[in-house]
Amino acid sequence: MRETRPRIGKPRAFAVAPNLADYAAARARFSWDEARRALAGLPGGGLNIAHEAVDRHAASALRDRVAIRWLGKHGAVVDYTYGRLAAESNRFANALGALGVGKGDRLFALLPRLPALHLAALGAWKRGAVFCPLFSAFGPEPIRARMALGGARALVTTLALYRKKVAPIRDALPALEHVLLVDADGAAPPGTRALGPLFAAASDAFTIPPTDREDLALLHFTSGTTGAPKGAMHVHDAVVAHHATGRLALDLHDGDVFWCTADPGWVTGTSYGIIAPLACGVTLILDEAEFEAERWMAILERERVNVWYTAPTAIRMLMRAGVEVARGRDLRALRFLSSVGEPLNPEAVAWGVEAFGLPFHDNWWQTETGGIMIANFAAEEIRPGSMGRPLPGIDAAIVRRTDGGVEPIDEPDVEGELALAPGWPSMFRGYFGDPTRTARCFAGGWYLTGDLACRDRDGYFWFVGRADDVIKSAGHLIGPFEVESALLEHPAVAEAGVIGKPDPLAMEVVKAFVALKPGFAPTEELRRELIAFSRQRLGPAVAPREIAFSPSLPRTRSGKIMRRLLRARELGLPEGDVSTLEGRDDAA
Amino acid sequence: MTRDEIRRAVLAALAHVAPDADLAALDPRADLREALDLDSMDFLNFVLALHEALHVEIAEREYRAFSTVEDAIDALLAKLGAKTADHA
Repeated sequence: MRETRPRIGKPRAFAVAPNLADYAAARARFSWDEARRALAGLPGGGLNIAHEAVDRHAASALRDRVAIRWLGKHGAVVDYTYGRLAAESNRFANALGALGVGKGDRLFALLPRLPALHLAALGAWKRGAVFCPLFSAFGPEPIRARMALGGARALVTTLALYRKKVAPIRDALPALEHVLLVDADGAAPPGTRALGPLFAAASDAFTIPPTDREDLALLHFTSGTTGAPKGAMHVHDAVVAHHATGRLALDLHDGDVFWCTADPGWVTGTSYGIIAPLACGVTLILDEAEFEAERWMAILERERVNVWYTAPTAIRMLMRAGVEVARGRDLRALRFLSSVGEPLNPEAVAWGVEAFGLPFHDNWWQTETGGIMIANFAAEEIRPGSMGRPLPGIDAAIVRRTDGGVEPIDEPDVEGELALAPGWPSMFRGYFGDPTRTARCFAGGWYLTGDLACRDRDGYFWFVGRADDVIKSAGHLIGPFEVESALLEHPAVAEAGVIGKPDPLAMEVVKAFVALKPGFAPTEELRRELIAFSRQRLGPAVAPREIAFSPSLPRTRSGKIMRRLLRARELGLPEGDVSTLEGRDDAA
Repeated sequence: MTRDEIRRAVLAALAHVAPDADLAALDPRADLREALDLDSMDFLNFVLALHEALHVEIAEREYRAFSTVEDAIDALLAKLGAKTADHA
């Protein structure tokens, strides 16, 4: 498929000169130390994300620039200038202080796309607390598992989300001391507090205490093939990479309006929906509503968005609406389109040209890398279907596993595991409380990504698939084990095996194969009941969309369910050699 | 088709996509995605289920007209060219 689409060249001259004008020269010149010097640092030494993202701008000529423009579901528009954002995140930091939430404490957020989310993140960083975002479409079980794993001390959420998703599991979270509700007017349920009065009583002055650049700032949860979710630890130094990649991979310029459509409950929505645009001093758009083709086009037009960072599933949904959706709109402000979440198919890259006169630039990274690692750049040729080339400061390789470790594959176009040389600032510092699974990601001096890929002779990387059984659906990584565990709680289920079934829109959708206990019949009614049961526990983003009954499930000799065989059957592939394929987590 | 028949089709499509939903307690004027915790894929599957059941074409651009049960009924009635007032 690789050469079926023509490459997309770039003009010799740009109306706005790209930050990265020449790939080879930029790579040769780049150093992380120099990237770090582009930031201010705390006045007393050290590095704090909130200072780089907000306070230094609030103390500069950018004070009155809009930092966040929030678009409410029903038409409200609220602007936060850098000055206001600094003052209100100070209030949040002081409110946390009044509760005794301080350095190293984990503050979780379970919020829709509201500015309160940004205030909570910035307030937490100012206090030295650890910000842990959760996706608000998670059901109670993924929320419980992540908060228990991260040792949540405090949670910021809404009254509705609390009632629906947290109250039922509150007893299972004894370490959770404080629940702050952003929208309760005084009448907060038992065990919670309305944030409003606390916020109003807090001063808007705050001095960020000394922060070491290696201090823990973020926990982002991700999924593996086996076991519980993993909390990837990120430190304040990550802002160096967010700032640099915002400029180099997303081409953010002074004065830009930037819209990252990802939810801050996932890593993209935090790294590029909060930190990178603020660190670059631009105006970010935050839309409360869910995807809707016309609404999105109206936002691009009305807000004069210059740089748009979105996801393949959304682009493919727009393609269903047809190019007409963009026609007749004044989208002249648009300059750079970018996509992440799963590989962007060549048709979608080209569709950008048809609809917007601009191609989509795919890029690649993951929760553990904290920021964009491989990208198609504004000034450089695009190879549609490719994730692009490594950023300045990033060394990537294709490796094969050997008995003792790994070895790089130098020949082009050979499939292997995508690996990165450790050392960039936003690299995760390990999985929280799980050194064993952390160690398993590193071998022979490489960080092993778990993605299979190949590299062409010009250095462009191409995604092939996952090395393990983790499911990529609509930009989210879903652990099959988490879904199987929820299904096994149902009294009718004896065995469950969960796979990603290829899907034209979402790349994969979660499909479960279920073997029933004796006495239960595989009826349509039971199938629906199991979907309902798992949606209630897991939420729509994680629950299976399809369930198939099977008399029994294939297992390895050691008793593990062979998901790859289930997947091969689903796809009608030969089953012969798949049983020998074992993923990263399974291999250990 | 009558308004009631269309209502039943809308509720059946919702039950298909979100069997966990308490449709009896659903406010027919509530935003479906919010009230039933539907994500974008759910919503797409809801519209596709309506398309299958009622044989109407619904373009992606029209999805916003399906954001509540009542809105969806109105939109479908208009599409089906059915009489509204008589059967309401």
